[in-house]
Amino acid sequence: MSLLKAVNIKVGYGETEILHGVSMEVNEREIVCVIGPNGAGKSTLMKAILGLLKPSQGEIIFDGDDITSLASEQRVRRGICYVPQSENIFPSLTVEENLEMGAFTSQDDYRVRMKEVYHIFPDLKETRKQKVRKLSGGQRQMVAIGRALMLNPKIILLDEPSAGLAPRLVKLIFDRIVLINHSGTAILMVEQNARQALGLSHKGYVLVMGRNRFEDSGQALLENEEVGRLYLGG
Amino acid sequence: MEFFVGILNYLVFFAITAGIYAILSLGLNIQWGYTGLFNIGIAGFFAVGAYTSALLCGPPPGPMDWRIIGGFQLPFVVGLLGAAAACGIIALLIGIPVLRLKEDYLAIATLGIAEVIRLILKNESWLTNSVWGLKHIPSPWQVPIQGKIFAFLKTHPLLPAWLQSFISNGYNWFFLALVLLTLGLIYWVSEKSIRSPWGRVLRAIREDEVVAGASGKNVFFFKMQSLVIGAMIMGIAGGFYAHYVKFIDANTFEPLYGTFLIWVMLIAGGSGNSKGAILGSFVIWGVWAGTDLITAYLALSGVRAASLRIIAIGIMLEVILLKRPQGMLGEEKRVSKMF
Amino acid sequence: MSLLSRLPQLVIYGIISGSIISLGAIGLSLTYGILNFSNFAHGDIMALGAFLALAFLLLLRGLGMSENIFYPLSFGLPMVISFLLAMAATAGIAIFIDRILYSRLRKTGPVTLLVAAVGVAFFLRNIIQFIWGPQPQYYIKEIQIAWKIPFLGIRIKPDEIFIIIVAALLVVFLHLFLQKTRMGKAMRASADNITLARVCGINTERVIMWTWGIGTALAAAGGILAGIENKFITPNFGWDMLLPIFAAVILGGVGSPYGALLGGMVIGLSGELSTLFISTAYKPAVAFIIMVVMLLIRPRGILGGK
Ligand SMILES: Nc1ncnc2c1ncn2[C@@H]1O[C@H](COP(=O)(O)OP(=O)(O)O)[C@@H](O)[C@H]1O
Ligand SMILES: [Mg+2]
Repeated sequence: MSLLKAVNIKVGYGETEILHGVSMEVNEREIVCVIGPNGAGKSTLMKAILGLLKPSQGEIIFDGDDITSLASEQRVRRGICYVPQSENIFPSLTVEENLEMGAFTSQDDYRVRMKEVYHIFPDLKETRKQKVRKLSGGQRQMVAIGRALMLNPKIILLDEPSAGLAPRLVKLIFDRIVLINHSGTAILMVEQNARQALGLSHKGYVLVMGRNRFEDSGQALLENEEVGRLYLGG
Repeated sequence: MEFFVGILNYLVFFAITAGIYAILSLGLNIQWGYTGLFNIGIAGFFAVGAYTSALLCGPPPGPMDWRIIGGFQLPFVVGLLGAAAACGIIALLIGIPVLRLKEDYLAIATLGIAEVIRLILKNESWLTNSVWGLKHIPSPWQVPIQGKIFAFLKTHPLLPAWLQSFISNGYNWFFLALVLLTLGLIYWVSEKSIRSPWGRVLRAIREDEVVAGASGKNVFFFKMQSLVIGAMIMGIAGGFYAHYVKFIDANTFEPLYGTFLIWVMLIAGGSGNSKGAILGSFVIWGVWAGTDLITAYLALSGVRAASLRIIAIGIMLEVILLKRPQGMLGEEKRVSKMF
Repeated sequence: MSLLSRLPQLVIYGIISGSIISLGAIGLSLTYGILNFSNFAHGDIMALGAFLALAFLLLLRGLGMSENIFYPLSFGLPMVISFLLAMAATAGIAIFIDRILYSRLRKTGPVTLLVAAVGVAFFLRNIIQFIWGPQPQYYIKEIQIAWKIPFLGIRIKPDEIFIIIVAALLVVFLHLFLQKTRMGKAMRASADNITLARVCGINTERVIMWTWGIGTALAAAGGILAGIENKFITPNFGWDMLLPIFAAVILGGVGSPYGALLGGMVIGLSGELSTLFISTAYKPAVAFIIMVVMLLIRPRGILGGK
């Protein structure tokens, strides 16, 4: 069942077009990974899906509805949550407040959901009263992902969740992503640790210079000789 | 005919004032239009220019004066140069702490320096004669020119009244020519420089300081040049003003209205466009003078009338920002590569 | 009198003026934190609050409300009601200005907002001047006798105690609002990172309206308290406040309301204490000099900030 579909998206900043007609699809309960060189437009694609950038052409279908013209807030309410690549936390708020902000649009008691997030990231429970500014890089990333989980979204967009983390933490974050996925949330992520990410993805896309270059199952992309040589560092 | 000459004489007076404002606008255009520097202490620079030139060129303190220095009776040009230098130094001193920071800091620092200047003008009577002001500031070459005019009128007593009235206003024409000459010179230099590589760096800084810095330009140094040069031009305008009105005191420089009006002039004309700055000055000064007639018609008291005019100009500014942010002329498109 | 013996009294004056400056500075800091622009009309918003209170006061008196002074204070219920109404009205006007002006200019970038704010400052000041003229206006004309506090040699008027208490209460309310309520937290979150706040589904336009409302209501309170302290208000009052409140914000760390509180106190105290050494005429310049020194040695302010 298709959950999220981007069809022939053209989008950019001001006059400059960055994506020249990119398409992609995420099915329910899937992990989909987007890889590609720096500046390919991966983050731009994420922002367009969330509605932070308005495409000049193309449409975005979510859960069967065309959401191309909806504001970001409305997309969030429908169940798309997003963790930006950088500046993805509120540094002067505590961990708990960061999570609370994640549930801002929800009428339900956020504490129930917070317990579930603490279950996924037990580290956060211990530091919950601390200002996020004081946390380590790994913990911040957990806060960022935890915040996006607070609305119990149908899909979560992760922009380079493992960037800048030590290998041990990279593995931990990927483990958690799989765990989150097992609880039923679809995942669309951009990754630089492409091998590891493709290894756990159902499907992968290679984006180059604002265009789709390859699309296949995660495993197939890993085995594709050209992808390996050009985009996975040999 | 006499009516016509009366209007003409008024227009000369109008054009002198508008011309001085236009010089100020050109100074602001270098700072804000070209470089994006937010100076809201224009009145401070204007005042420093006026006082410096007045002290350099004016008469020594009289028996009734509090001030004990100044009055060197130097030539007009020296006064203007001194005015420019004094403003340049003050701009340099302000720039040091704030030009590396976000534009808001420059704004508040210029506001602060304008306030400090106002306090000094008011309180340091040994220098500024405080509220008693500086009197008898000489207008350049007024004595010989007026002398010639009077002599001429004396020898030609049979000229019609309107022609006499026209001729006796001759000095103002001369002063207007001086103002316009200076304005033209500053315009020419400023146009030349904005098209030069130097000007391109300034505009690059305004567009994106980080990018400009990344491409190896010393952003701080360029901003400083722009700030100082703009301030020096404002100082020259102040000098002209002092020598035109002949009397200045601490209340002449209502710190704000001058500053505000010049901002409106530049924005209305088109920031980043020297022609726009000049056009804006004449148009807004025209509106300002025009509203004077309206408030006179409404028979409002002086202060209320002034308030009403500022309210009107304030609304005008916001409407321009909303509806036509590029101003009347907009910024000229220039064929230019960034670097 | 010797320098030292004047000290306690000047400290009291410093705390009073520090309370007033802080209320202005906190509001300025809140709007800066979220909108990322310096509101040069903030001083005039303080004056607007002070004059709105006067308008309400005259209205209530005109409606025949009796003064019934709250002894030992110099004023009664009409003043208190006017105080609250003026805070609300100022907030309403600020939000209205945001809707018709700033919100439309936000896309064009922060520098356009600066210019617009300067325009608003002049607009407000001259509206006030147009209506009331330049002469000082009075809330209450009676002179209040100061209490003498033995041993310390301090004189303080009951009204001044009121000013300090009200300012402190407002700061406590603000603190509770920011720390405990959802909107308060959303305001802090938006100040940290407004894009991320939007990503969380926070309606940032509403947050901005709340920020204007609270920031300018506090400014109004500061303006009214200044009117109670000085006994009179003038249209130029806002301009006189501008430098001290900006200095306070920069001193405390731009965008940090707690820093603004601290900065306001420092500016208030140093302004008064400076009169021990320099002419009172230069009191307004002290804030500026402290600000420049701060920018030279630690531009991020005492408490960090943005
Ligand atoms: N806010 C922005 N404004 C203008 N250009 C941008 C902005 N963000 C990214 N870009 C440009 O868009 C292109 C794609 O960027 P991005 O989507 O971040 O790439 P990726 O995430 O694949 O590394 C780059 O050339 C980048 O310079
Ligand atoms: Mg990216």
